[in-house]
Amino acid sequence: MDWINAIVQGVLVGGLYALFAAGLSLIFGVMRLVNIAHGDLIVLAAFIALMIVEGTGLHPLASLAVVVPLMAVFGYVLQRGILNRTLGKDILPPLLVTFGLSVILQNGLLEIFTADSRKLDAGTLETASFPVAGGMAIGVLPLLMFASAVAVIAGLQFLFYRTALGRAFRATSDDREIAQLMGLDNKQVYAFAMAISLGVVAIAGVFLAIRSNFDPSIGPGRLIFGFEAVIIGGLGNLWGTLAGGVILGVAQGIGAQINPGWQLLAGHLAFLIVLAIRPKGLFPRIEG
Amino acid sequence: MSAPTHTITRSTATSRIAAVCAIILIAALAAAPWWGSSATLRLIGEFAVYLSLASLWNLLAGYTGLVSVGQQAYVGFGGYVLFSIALFLGINPLLAIPVAGIAAALIAAPVAALVFRLQGAYFAIGTWVVAEVFRLTAAQMTALGGGSGASLPVDVMKQLGGRAMRESLIYWAALILAVCSLWMVYGLLRSRVGLALTAIRDSEIASASLGVRIDRVKFGVYMTVAGMTAMVGALIFLQKLRISPDAAFSVNDWTAFVIFIVVIGGIGTIEGPIIGTIVYFLLREFLADLGSIYLMILGALAIVIMLLAPKGIWGYVAQRWNISLFPVGYRIHWKD
Repeated sequence: MDWINAIVQGVLVGGLYALFAAGLSLIFGVMRLVNIAHGDLIVLAAFIALMIVEGTGLHPLASLAVVVPLMAVFGYVLQRGILNRTLGKDILPPLLVTFGLSVILQNGLLEIFTADSRKLDAGTLETASFPVAGGMAIGVLPLLMFASAVAVIAGLQFLFYRTALGRAFRATSDDREIAQLMGLDNKQVYAFAMAISLGVVAIAGVFLAIRSNFDPSIGPGRLIFGFEAVIIGGLGNLWGTLAGGVILGVAQGIGAQINPGWQLLAGHLAFLIVLAIRPKGLFPRIEG
Repeated sequence: MSAPTHTITRSTATSRIAAVCAIILIAALAAAPWWGSSATLRLIGEFAVYLSLASLWNLLAGYTGLVSVGQQAYVGFGGYVLFSIALFLGINPLLAIPVAGIAAALIAAPVAALVFRLQGAYFAIGTWVVAEVFRLTAAQMTALGGGSGASLPVDVMKQLGGRAMRESLIYWAALILAVCSLWMVYGLLRSRVGLALTAIRDSEIASASLGVRIDRVKFGVYMTVAGMTAMVGALIFLQKLRISPDAAFSVNDWTAFVIFIVVIGGIGTIEGPIIGTIVYFLLREFLADLGSIYLMILGALAIVIMLLAPKGIWGYVAQRWNISLFPVGYRIHWKD
């Protein structure tokens, strides 16, 4: 029964990993940019939520109403101000600039909030659960996290394939020069993509902060989880990213069940195994 | 046969003067145990370590296009090989340095087979995952102290002689590794491999059609750099006398700083890592007391340089005055 429980919990945590990954996947799809600071931005969102909750007494989930737009605006400004200047044929500038940004964010947060471990208190939501078969119980919070991940990915999917902005995303992704000839302002399209990515980051950050302790140093770890979910699921496939998050979560759950020290290692090994046997991921986007 | 209309040279007056200066400088540094204090030796030793790591990363990222942010995997691996040999076999730790290099080059082969499946920026994060796997594995090895690490026993260190002798030996090892790293990068770039790398950089498709074996060249450079990096790593932890997974596989110490050094000095130039290491040590001298703000300044400096002068300080200087201290290309001199 412990095993089934570990797997179920792993699936639900997978939702959080998919939230880490969705924003990463989105901007890679649109502008081939891998944001090394992605994990630190998740932690930044968590700290902003913490300030809001401590300052106003709002419920952590209600803080989303402020954190999401705030991070989206930050994403827009970041893209227009800095990242747009780095995009081109050479992959080095965006990589190194976001790497620098990661170090700045980590140390900036350390300077302001110290290295202390923090957590958002969501009251009864944290412990609420309902029983399912065989004496197991499923927590309301993990379920909510998973449902949010599904909703976010469904929303992104809708945005990508059913809206004008999504068409612009796909067009610049396919061929940025032709898209520009057709009258799209690439820089504006990229800025919107980054805004949406950081909006998702904000949701991931708030859930991260409710679920577990966080401190300024944990960003890179979250980036790696998100990245692994993207690669396991297959580049360019948002539902695949959700599956990738679930696989990562389950692998970690099983690893932890065998030996607590193996939790992270088991996740990384699952990623490396997928890379070895299916380098394009389990569900790569069908080209055509 | 008409008279030749041009001559082709590699070296210039500047580069010949630079070579003479380099030899004098190396000789002076090699004699440092006779003129410098322990603190001086430690400082130059640390400088040599960062210069080696920066030159090696520059070869990987700047010339081969393999932007790894996981080189700490090999720094830590080298350190752990040295500690294993010293703790379990009790032999002279200096001899463990080349062993660490060979072991790392061997383990780099399967690692490369995996991470080379990832392109560009995804390759970067893939290498980071590998470094994390190395760190978590080291933390599981209870014989080497697990998560809390281990220290080098005194009787192992005594094999290197008395205190002064020990300091000198470790210092010379650092100096030799730095000179070898620079020399290897320089020699490699002047060889056929360097020509292949330049061709790949300019156009992968064209170079492949001309018979450059792209994968083999990249694979070879990756393994060589891994081996050299592990030797530097072994030396670092011989200097420190203590190892722990978090210190050995630290992304900040062994990769972030190194990347900043190369970017600030000038990526894709041999001189860049040298200039960058000097700048890094100067900044550290004046700003290290600021702690995390110092790191923010370094990060911001790297971003500004990447945006305004992507070729770094040396790239700007070389372009402005057309000079090269380590010429790897050819110059044509026309006779009217």
